[in-house]
Amino acid sequence: MFNIERWQEIFETLSKNKLRTFLTGLSVASGIFILVILLGFSTGIQKGVKSQFEQDATNRISVWTGVTTKGYKGLNPGRLVQMKNSDHENISRKYDENLEYRTALYSIWGGIITYKNQTGNYRVEGASADQQFIENETMVAGRFINNGDVEKAEKVTVIGNQVKKDIFKEEDPIGKSIEIMGINFVVVGVYSDPGGNREETRVFIPITTAQKAFNGGDKVRSLAYTVKMSDNFDDAVALSMALSENIDKDIRTSHFVAPDDRSAVRVWNTLEEAKKIYTLLDTIRAVFWFVGIGTIIAGIVGVSNIMLIVVKERTKEIGIRKAIGALPSSIVGMILQEAIFITAIAGFSGLFLGVGLLELVSPMVNSDFIKFPQVDFNTAVTTVILLIVAGALAGFIPARRAANIKPIEALRDE
Amino acid sequence: MIEIKELHKSYQMGANSLHVLKGINFEAKEGEMVAIMGSSGSGKSTFLNIIGMLDEADLGSYTLDGKIIKNLNEKIAARYRNQFLGFIFQSFNLISYKSALDNVSMPLYYQGIKRNERTEKAMHYLEKVGLADWAEHLPSELSGGQKQRVAIARALASNPKVLLADEPTGALDSSTSYEVMELIQKINDEGKTILCVTHEDDIAHMCKRIVHLKDGIIIDDDLVSQVRAKKQENV
Repeated sequence: MFNIERWQEIFETLSKNKLRTFLTGLSVASGIFILVILLGFSTGIQKGVKSQFEQDATNRISVWTGVTTKGYKGLNPGRLVQMKNSDHENISRKYDENLEYRTALYSIWGGIITYKNQTGNYRVEGASADQQFIENETMVAGRFINNGDVEKAEKVTVIGNQVKKDIFKEEDPIGKSIEIMGINFVVVGVYSDPGGNREETRVFIPITTAQKAFNGGDKVRSLAYTVKMSDNFDDAVALSMALSENIDKDIRTSHFVAPDDRSAVRVWNTLEEAKKIYTLLDTIRAVFWFVGIGTIIAGIVGVSNIMLIVVKERTKEIGIRKAIGALPSSIVGMILQEAIFITAIAGFSGLFLGVGLLELVSPMVNSDFIKFPQVDFNTAVTTVILLIVAGALAGFIPARRAANIKPIEALRDE
Repeated sequence: MIEIKELHKSYQMGANSLHVLKGINFEAKEGEMVAIMGSSGSGKSTFLNIIGMLDEADLGSYTLDGKIIKNLNEKIAARYRNQFLGFIFQSFNLISYKSALDNVSMPLYYQGIKRNERTEKAMHYLEKVGLADWAEHLPSELSGGQKQRVAIARALASNPKVLLADEPTGALDSSTSYEVMELIQKINDEGKTILCVTHEDDIAHMCKRIVHLKDGIIIDDDLVSQVRAKKQENV
């Protein structure tokens, strides 16, 4: 295998049969190329979907209430189910050991915010300190709302990066006073959200302040929690599902809502949705692998086929070689090494072509669900090694046939 | 050098078996130059192939340079072919994409000789057949006579004990044939044993002994006075 003479021999043979070598390599190269592109895009899809989930904590459970559509226990349909602070307190207390972060939310859609002569329309959310972690916010400047703010119902606010850009422009907003629906608040922080601009057009204020300032009383619009994660993803999903079911049941019981009235009480379990998407992603990846492997098998069959033709075409030559003293093993080695050499060179050029194309295209692909397609280089190299091994297997049958050529038959004059 | 006793060979042709060699007894000493003649189907090529270890006899014994040639596996057969025998074919059988020099050095490659030494030796034999200037040419750029001379150089390259020629002049016109035969005679003069299958009388008479085959047996085995194939004689 590492005999330099053999390599010289093979290189000579290949360079004297350029077209044949090229055609043999092409099927393999395109196989690897297609596999790399497919794997790249499957990674891209994975990244895209992951970034969708990064907007909020993946272990989030959200609770909303609405209007009942069914009569239950003598109550008429069309009744608004209004959650109160006590609902949040009960749930927090009851499931304390399984909850990581928790907040009740009291939000105002389309709150008018004014700073000097700049005005904008933003969503105002009354929340507690935990909201930062439930929404996955990172602080750009200052701090988030803290427990003290909530206890004392301070008139402080944390604004989104987009809000800051809109109304403060280049100015430093920290410590400045802004007007939210006619009431002054001091900006204590600016946050950014992995979900992008849309998620950064909100401002947060302490929930107690929101309830007091905007006639909320002890009303709550929605609840948000995160479940304590365990190392095992499936366990976490199971816990999350159990929790959301229990919370759903509790709200329904305390507010007299029919168990099958879906629009009156809605509990959204991100982890369960995430699991569904991840399962889908795994399926997509498996399908891509399947297609890719299929293409490679086609390539290998191609190599095997062409090597058979090569052996047939070179029957006479092999006969001559044997007549002048070539050992069967050297003939097998010659064909096998040629097959492996072609497969390897072709495989690597297909790989580099595919990786190169992905590198070129990748920065331009940045949509919601496909983001920066790329291929895990180790995976690709593993594939190439597999391909070479398979190429050797493919070359083996033709090589055996070559070794079995009888010189006397090969040399018979037609 | 060669000793053959009661050699039988038959081929399976569908349901029928074709008995090609029906008990051949033959002996050739070192330095002999034997022509094997016979009409087509007389078994002369089969006979040569068995001597060349390209084919195996069904019955009988074959001894080459004191070694009994029987039930060889492919590996040993390949080694013996490489060490003891040089082949010259009617259709030259050069490897088309290799230069004359590379063709000649091929048997040396299979002997495991290093490239430099190989090239040197091969060049020496090309000089011997008068084609040193054509070393880098491909077979397709050579004339028939030149191709056969390259083939002879290749047969000589491994310095074999016996040279086996199967209709060496079959594809050549008569003046080229004589050139090739002159070369073969010269090699024989240097002491190499040569077996030459032919169906042409004049070629046969350039050997020192003529063996006639007919229907698978030797019907005639005569020593003849060798006709030299000097070029001038044929102008």
